[in-house]
Amino acid sequence: MSTTRTAWSTASRGAPSRFDLIALILVIGLLAFLAATSKGVLAPITSLDSSPVSLNPWMLPGYVARTTLRMLAGLSLSLLFTFTYATWAAKSPRAGRILIPVLDVLQSVPILGFISVTVVFFMSLAPGRVLGAEFAAVFAIFTSQAWNMAFSFYQSLRTVPAELIEASRSFRLSGWSRFWRLEVPFGMPPLVWNMMMSMSGGWFFVVASEAISVGPTTVTLPGIGAYIDLAIRQKDLHAVGYAILAMLAVILVYDQLLFRPLVAWSDRFRFESEPGAPVPSSWVLDALAGSRLIARALRRLRGFGRMLGAAVRLRPGAQSVDTAVNAENLDRIATTIVALLLALAIWQAVRFLAPELGWHDIGTTLGLGALTAIRVFILIALASCVWVPVGIYVGLRPKVARVVQPIAQFLAAFPANLLFPVAVAAIVTFKLNANIWLSPLMILGTQWYILFNVIAGASAMPGEMRHVSNNFHVRGWLWWRKIGLPAVMPFYVTGAITASGGSWNAAIVAEVASWGDEHLSATGLGSYIATATSDGNFHRIVLGVVTMSLYVLLINRLLWRPLYYYAERKFRLS
Amino acid sequence: MNAQPKMNADTQPLLDVVHARKSFTKGDGGELLVLEDVNLTVRPGEVVGLLGRSGSGKSTLLRLIAGLSKPSGGKVNYLGTPVTGPAEGISMVFQSFALFPWLTVYENVALGLEAMHVARDEIRRRSLAAIDLIGLDGFESAYPRELSGGMRQRVGFARALVVHPNILLMDEPFSALDVLTAETLRTDFLELWSDGRMPIKGVILVTHNIEEAVQMCDRILVFATNPGRIVSEIQVTIPRPRDRNDPAFAGLVEQIYVEMTAKKGRTTTRISPAGGSGIDMILPRVSSNILAGLLETVAAPPFSGRADLPEIASELTLEIDELFPAAETLQMLRFAEIEGGDIHLLPEGIAFADAEVDERKRLFARHLLAYVPLAAHVRRVLDERRTHAAPSSRFLDELEDHMSPEVAEETLRALVSWARYAEIFAYDDETGQFSLENPT
Repeated sequence: MSTTRTAWSTASRGAPSRFDLIALILVIGLLAFLAATSKGVLAPITSLDSSPVSLNPWMLPGYVARTTLRMLAGLSLSLLFTFTYATWAAKSPRAGRILIPVLDVLQSVPILGFISVTVVFFMSLAPGRVLGAEFAAVFAIFTSQAWNMAFSFYQSLRTVPAELIEASRSFRLSGWSRFWRLEVPFGMPPLVWNMMMSMSGGWFFVVASEAISVGPTTVTLPGIGAYIDLAIRQKDLHAVGYAILAMLAVILVYDQLLFRPLVAWSDRFRFESEPGAPVPSSWVLDALAGSRLIARALRRLRGFGRMLGAAVRLRPGAQSVDTAVNAENLDRIATTIVALLLALAIWQAVRFLAPELGWHDIGTTLGLGALTAIRVFILIALASCVWVPVGIYVGLRPKVARVVQPIAQFLAAFPANLLFPVAVAAIVTFKLNANIWLSPLMILGTQWYILFNVIAGASAMPGEMRHVSNNFHVRGWLWWRKIGLPAVMPFYVTGAITASGGSWNAAIVAEVASWGDEHLSATGLGSYIATATSDGNFHRIVLGVVTMSLYVLLINRLLWRPLYYYAERKFRLS
Repeated sequence: MNAQPKMNADTQPLLDVVHARKSFTKGDGGELLVLEDVNLTVRPGEVVGLLGRSGSGKSTLLRLIAGLSKPSGGKVNYLGTPVTGPAEGISMVFQSFALFPWLTVYENVALGLEAMHVARDEIRRRSLAAIDLIGLDGFESAYPRELSGGMRQRVGFARALVVHPNILLMDEPFSALDVLTAETLRTDFLELWSDGRMPIKGVILVTHNIEEAVQMCDRILVFATNPGRIVSEIQVTIPRPRDRNDPAFAGLVEQIYVEMTAKKGRTTTRISPAGGSGIDMILPRVSSNILAGLLETVAAPPFSGRADLPEIASELTLEIDELFPAAETLQMLRFAEIEGGDIHLLPEGIAFADAEVDERKRLFARHLLAYVPLAAHVRRVLDERRTHAAPSSRFLDELEDHMSPEVAEETLRALVSWARYAEIFAYDDETGQFSLENPT
């Protein structure tokens, strides 16, 4: 396994190998893909109407490519955001005091809320071109990915071991090289993990963001999401089936070509190594690492990086004591600015909302929010009752876990909204109550987080603990109460937090669903926002989005976070 | 072995620390002094040891010298110019090695040169030379996780030496290694030093191991705690290579034990600005098991009530970081007296060693309440309250008037563990409540 690692930095000299060939094909493929798919982006927007999305399955690969490109663009933006925003927040405690809560709020804003509010703005950036709509779609993906990546990197920056920082300072690494040589590598494993999570979220929303319709503004971008939208409107079950197959393929390819190599590569940045833990591997990484051409290209790249570093030449310790003199003044100025911005924001919001909406509307949205909240809680509780025992059962059996764990992760990545049409068709056929039966759609895609976190927790249970319980004949309910459940508690809470956040986000899509001209709607905050969006009622969109953010924020603060710390403190085995 | 010419002693000192002090701001705005008025000069060819136990400020001083933190007062001069940040020509070896796990041995070593913008060929030549010198050839492409602790620290040495520093700072470089590996590494290092094969002019070694200090240093500065300060300076004139079985070696070790436990040493724990004699006394976290074990060992033959601390240390394989706090706790509880590097048991100490579990607990409880004012204070508060319960924050707040929050927390934790053993009151960690009830 370690040969993979060393091969990366010291590719052997000699004749071109088969790795060179594989690597070359991969790179050429990537370039061709980028060129082919980005062609349509600069086209005038009327081209969308002249060549509308078609349900012909042979068009699907092209659509998938466009969608994938959007995802990549969103991911790159999220990385850029992560490296700047999180670094700023971590390096300047004063800025961090504001930036981190802001991030927390952004995280609780429903993602489709962003797109409803910003689509007109983005369309105006590139008037008359497809690019504007692409911006809006990419921005939606960005908002579904960036926040947790930034949080993860911020956490990593705050936990870099002190002696490593001292070592890099005492060897007088510049700030620039300390960032790339120490801080980024240190934060890499959790960042890659969060990128994967982000990607799962991204698929969900890319499907929703390609068929944008805010009031009179309707844009349909060529992509798999638009394909599905059309299939639903035309009640074409075959097309839905094709889309689901295509999606499965895309996720598999993404996993093999992007994330597996990333995970395998980032494993060498893992700081503490438990011996015996299996080292992740990837055939793509092996091919790239074995290639001499790639190695040479990388060396060039590194040389370029050094030049850039020399140009930037950030000296360590530049932010030292001298600046502290003005700290108090700066603090005062910063506080004033924040207060002014806050006042401005409140004034803007009130001016925007007050003439159109009354106390009555606020009451309504709060009530609807409570309904959605009840739904989310009941669903999480139900999903927990099912998946916690299953997860513990699976996690304690390594052989089963090796099979089930990737499936659970895959299901979490699969955009559940592709399955909505099937559910809606069933509800319509059996004349079921939409208020009840639409609800499970909210958790369709997010319940898997509970499952795979619990599996991870149960497999991390030390062998001694299991032996002890066998030795003392602890069985049945006593075992679950005293051993099984406490051992997975911190993991379960992590999974439940993710699932709950995802369900709130899904509510906007899940509480309103349609199949052809059958429109189903459940009473709740999600359907309120969705209806306001299709009516183009911006006041209600904003009110709905703000209310939902408030609910998510409060539930996180009052329930999940305390629960998380409690579970960490009491049940973490370490 | 004379490549380190002693005749250079009159030339310009490598390093000059003048009246350096370091303090941190406490939560309530007060100052916490961790290093008080330290003066130190290092001349070319010298290995200077900073010896003391944890909390004596020796690592803090090393970081001031390295330019990793700034003194609150006084000056650090390197070759006559004040140190304002990490200086070229001073490099450091860390206790935890501080290697970058994602870089190979070679890359770890080359890193310092890359930061200095040395030419590529030169980096390669010097890195390989350093790796070679420190006995790591063949391991260039290995990652730290593939290496044993001893090999990892060799990488730490190579990385520090490759930049050709004038002064090498070593922060307990051998304390994370097992005894045998540490000894090998020390010997190898001393050999390179004596042969003058390393590009360094002076060494400062931080350690809490007395034998290590005597083996390696030309001069030992002994530190005391609360606040950290230098209490004595000892010249080591034993010719190198030094033999641990040499009577002169053993004699010097014994002498340093005496210095570090001298009667005046007692005052450093009893009456000092930071750790007072009332409830503000700082309590070390020593397990009641270690206390009982130490009492039993000293009471039993061959010691029969009086023992030499170095002998006890090797008998029980305790570092001075563990032995001294334990011995001082026994002294504080009036179970033993420490004098002239010896520990001898008082009658109660012998009684404790002879007693059964319940009697031991009664004895321990009596002494705890009588001689540890904080214990008596907590007990009194609990007795007076109608609920017989009090939150830990009540006592932490009181303690934080006198010490840093971390030390206050440690002190309270030490008290809790002793009080649990003595069964004089109970503590529930989940609710943070002290009480007189026994847990159900």
